[in-house]
Amino acid sequence: MINGWELVIGIEIHAQVKSKSKLFSSSSTEFGSGPNSQVSLVDAAMPGMLPVINKFCVEQAVRSGIGLNAKINNKSIFDRKNYFYQDLPQGYQISQFKDPIVGNGFIEIESEGQSKKIGIERLHLEQDAGKSLHDQDPNLTFVDLNRSGIALMEIVSMPDMKSPDEAVEYVKKVRSILRYLDTCDGNMEQGSLRADVNVSVNKPGNDLGTRCEIKNLNSFKYIHSAIIYEAKRQIRLIESGENIIQETRLYNIDSGETRSMRSKEDAHDYRYFPDPDLLPLILEDDWIKKIRSSIPELPDQKKERFIREYSLSEYDSSVIVSDKSTSDYYEKVVKDRNPKLVTTWVTSELFSVLNKKNLSIDESPISPNHLGELIDNIDNGKISSRQAKEIFEEMCETGESANNIINEKGLSQISDEGELEKLVDNVISSNPENVEKYKNGKDKLFGFFVGEAMKLSKGKANPKVLNELLKSKLNT
Amino acid sequence: MKRNLNFIEASSLLEANETTSVELTKIYLDNIKEAKELNCFNTITAEQALDDAEKSDLRRQQGKLKSQFDGIPIGVKDLFCTKNIKTTASSKILSNFVPSYESAVTQKCIDAGLISLGKLNCDEFAMGSTNKTSYYGPVTNPWKSNKSDAKLVPGGSSGGSAAAVAADLCIASLGTDTGGSIRQPASFTGTVGLKPTYGRVSRWGIIAFASSLDQAGPITKTVEDAAALFEIIAGHDPKDSTSSIKENESFFDNLNSSVKGMKIGIPKEFKSDDLPASTQKVWDDCKKLLQNNGAELINISLPHTMDALPTYYIIAPAEASSNLARYDGVKYGIREEGENLIEMYEKTRSVGFGDEVKRRILIGTYVLSSGYYDAYYIKAQKIRSLIKNDFNQAFERVDAILTPSTPSTAFEIENEPNDPVQTYLNDIFTVPINLAGIPAISIPFANDENNLPIGLQLITNSFEEQKLLNIAKNVQDTVNYESVPKNWWQK
Repeated sequence: MINGWELVIGIEIHAQVKSKSKLFSSSSTEFGSGPNSQVSLVDAAMPGMLPVINKFCVEQAVRSGIGLNAKINNKSIFDRKNYFYQDLPQGYQISQFKDPIVGNGFIEIESEGQSKKIGIERLHLEQDAGKSLHDQDPNLTFVDLNRSGIALMEIVSMPDMKSPDEAVEYVKKVRSILRYLDTCDGNMEQGSLRADVNVSVNKPGNDLGTRCEIKNLNSFKYIHSAIIYEAKRQIRLIESGENIIQETRLYNIDSGETRSMRSKEDAHDYRYFPDPDLLPLILEDDWIKKIRSSIPELPDQKKERFIREYSLSEYDSSVIVSDKSTSDYYEKVVKDRNPKLVTTWVTSELFSVLNKKNLSIDESPISPNHLGELIDNIDNGKISSRQAKEIFEEMCETGESANNIINEKGLSQISDEGELEKLVDNVISSNPENVEKYKNGKDKLFGFFVGEAMKLSKGKANPKVLNELLKSKLNT
Repeated sequence: MKRNLNFIEASSLLEANETTSVELTKIYLDNIKEAKELNCFNTITAEQALDDAEKSDLRRQQGKLKSQFDGIPIGVKDLFCTKNIKTTASSKILSNFVPSYESAVTQKCIDAGLISLGKLNCDEFAMGSTNKTSYYGPVTNPWKSNKSDAKLVPGGSSGGSAAAVAADLCIASLGTDTGGSIRQPASFTGTVGLKPTYGRVSRWGIIAFASSLDQAGPITKTVEDAAALFEIIAGHDPKDSTSSIKENESFFDNLNSSVKGMKIGIPKEFKSDDLPASTQKVWDDCKKLLQNNGAELINISLPHTMDALPTYYIIAPAEASSNLARYDGVKYGIREEGENLIEMYEKTRSVGFGDEVKRRILIGTYVLSSGYYDAYYIKAQKIRSLIKNDFNQAFERVDAILTPSTPSTAFEIENEPNDPVQTYLNDIFTVPINLAGIPAISIPFANDENNLPIGLQLITNSFEEQKLLNIAKNVQDTVNYESVPKNWWQK
């Protein structure tokens, strides 16, 4: 709700299928190769070339559909979407219009501490276009066809979201599911996952307002701010008595504003019709069943399991499972270790370092094994938590293992009672007056003895053992 | 050497060492040179042909023949992409296009050792039934009326392919058939033209006109030749998703000409008062012939025959409008510069395409437009199913269907009707077959009162080409049509 207006949001996500080759050709899909280095005769739409469906991409789409709790259609049809553009070599995009490969489904998101279902209308497969480069020459446009023909999944939600937060949660959740399924790498900066957001506003109880579509948002931040800007723009217009025009808008990341791209009247007539070069895509039930049985644990299930197995809080668990790499990292560390300790170290220390350095967990300077080692040293009392933090920082800087640092710096804690007893005896015999005063009731002096003993140990004494020894010696 | 060698004769001569592939190739290159007036070839690849012929002769000496037809010169419709050889679809827009790849069909011919003499003229993007829409000018039919010296059309769109075989400029040729483009010109030139079952022959590397209808096939001098060349080019191709997974067959070896006990359907809808008396007579003669040879005639009905032409002229342009979108001046072919992208598109396509192609792109764009799609395209698809169903039902009762190939014989180049719909009527007997996806063959039967060839069309159910060829051979062997055009073009 903004100023008494309700928001209605629907989202189309374009997710690049994780696949070595393109949807209808065997060209590579690797990101960042030289321009036009991954273009087959089919991708360049040479005369007489024909598309042949990449079975793996179909499998990825089915896997994704299953992850979105959606109906997998046994028969789907590829259509041609016709329009002219320099980076669309065929003059049409092969897409799915009336009969998509995946039908209705849903996912659950967290909204205001509650779980909320967001409907999925459909998922279909389509080809990506090439890329136009306008900044290479003052008068010419260059075209890079490396992307031409790469498989995309378009995932269309129901208009079930009511706030920018929900919209972002939805995209995050879809992204998370796809990454768990390994069907899309979810890399938004590289454009592997982008969202078109439909926004309309209405007064509670009134009919839905006219919607506008904001194209091509490739970060959670932009999705959030574009929706807020767009909703406010629409509210301002309506409140000043104007009408909303149904149109496609673009979000300017510098100004934070949306501007009109084309209105509904200017919309292309895409002249969709079934692609006669491709037969209907028929999926056998047995094949779908086989894929279904290979679906890995998804975030919702994992969250429940982590709560159950590692006694994580609801919050910690959802933070950890929201990203597959994070949950994988966590599970590697927590195996055969104290979950409480592991959770603290992962969610507070590790996350804050990653945040500070703006790194993903895959880029973490500390491997799960190294972190585990550090935690082992804490757990068996070899080092204090204070030391552990120092070692942790050192690990971040150098990438060294905890054990190496402990050995090199001689940081390991003295827990050996015999050794500590010598220290304690030394402190007691060197400070007879204070021992006297302590015994006469000046309890506060206990800290003095601890300090002296620590000094002698160069800070390495295990405080717990030291305390116990001191107490027993002084109290006799 | 004998004129008008066919595949079988040529291969026997080669086998008996009475000629060489180089000698044959030279003869045909000479024939082509003398027949410039017919305008059959867009590109003659003399050097390459002689080079290939030499290699074939070497293979023969070494006993390493690629097939029993190794070394035989053929012609290729300029719609098949040929590696390093200009491929234009007889369109200005591709007039400078040289593919870096070889079509599946021509690759199979290369693999069988056939020698390509060059690229044959055709209607622009295979759109037409006169060969007059070619950017390179019309092909002239080697046949002339005995009552006039006027030049006649060879039919189309594979006009060059048919005329070249009829004029003995190659031993056989490759054509494509979307609505009759092999059978109609075969009928106009006294040659044999086979349109295979949709999916039998790979479309990979053939410049697309209407993808759901296009099918490549041979144009030859005899039914045996058709069987032999068809066998060479047929077979599953994983690069064409619409290619049938059916095993290729030994069509040539398995040829037999018995029609005893076969049921031949005669569809009443093909009868018409407009049909020339000579065509009607030839049709009737063929019925009698088959009956005499032991076949049984059965009257059948194909109720949606008359709906086929309008259906075809919705579906084919619809697909063409989309298939031809790639010719936009961006990647290959000619480009007319403009102030901006849209202007470049408009200029390139205005200059690059001829009138008939533009007409079909416009029709196709129209019938696919929102608001018209259901009324035209969807309706046409429904009728297409009904047509297919007509044939399915007929083939429950009969082995094959016999009809005329075309409503008339070849007409004058200068005398084409102004109304394109009149020209479209040329295909009235052939388009239902493409819509149904089934095979059909046109074979010459007799000449009309003007001494122009009349072809008859035999049709069978999908993948029954063997039966089709067998019946055709029976007719051919019985009627013994041996007419060839007078070689008036040779000086």
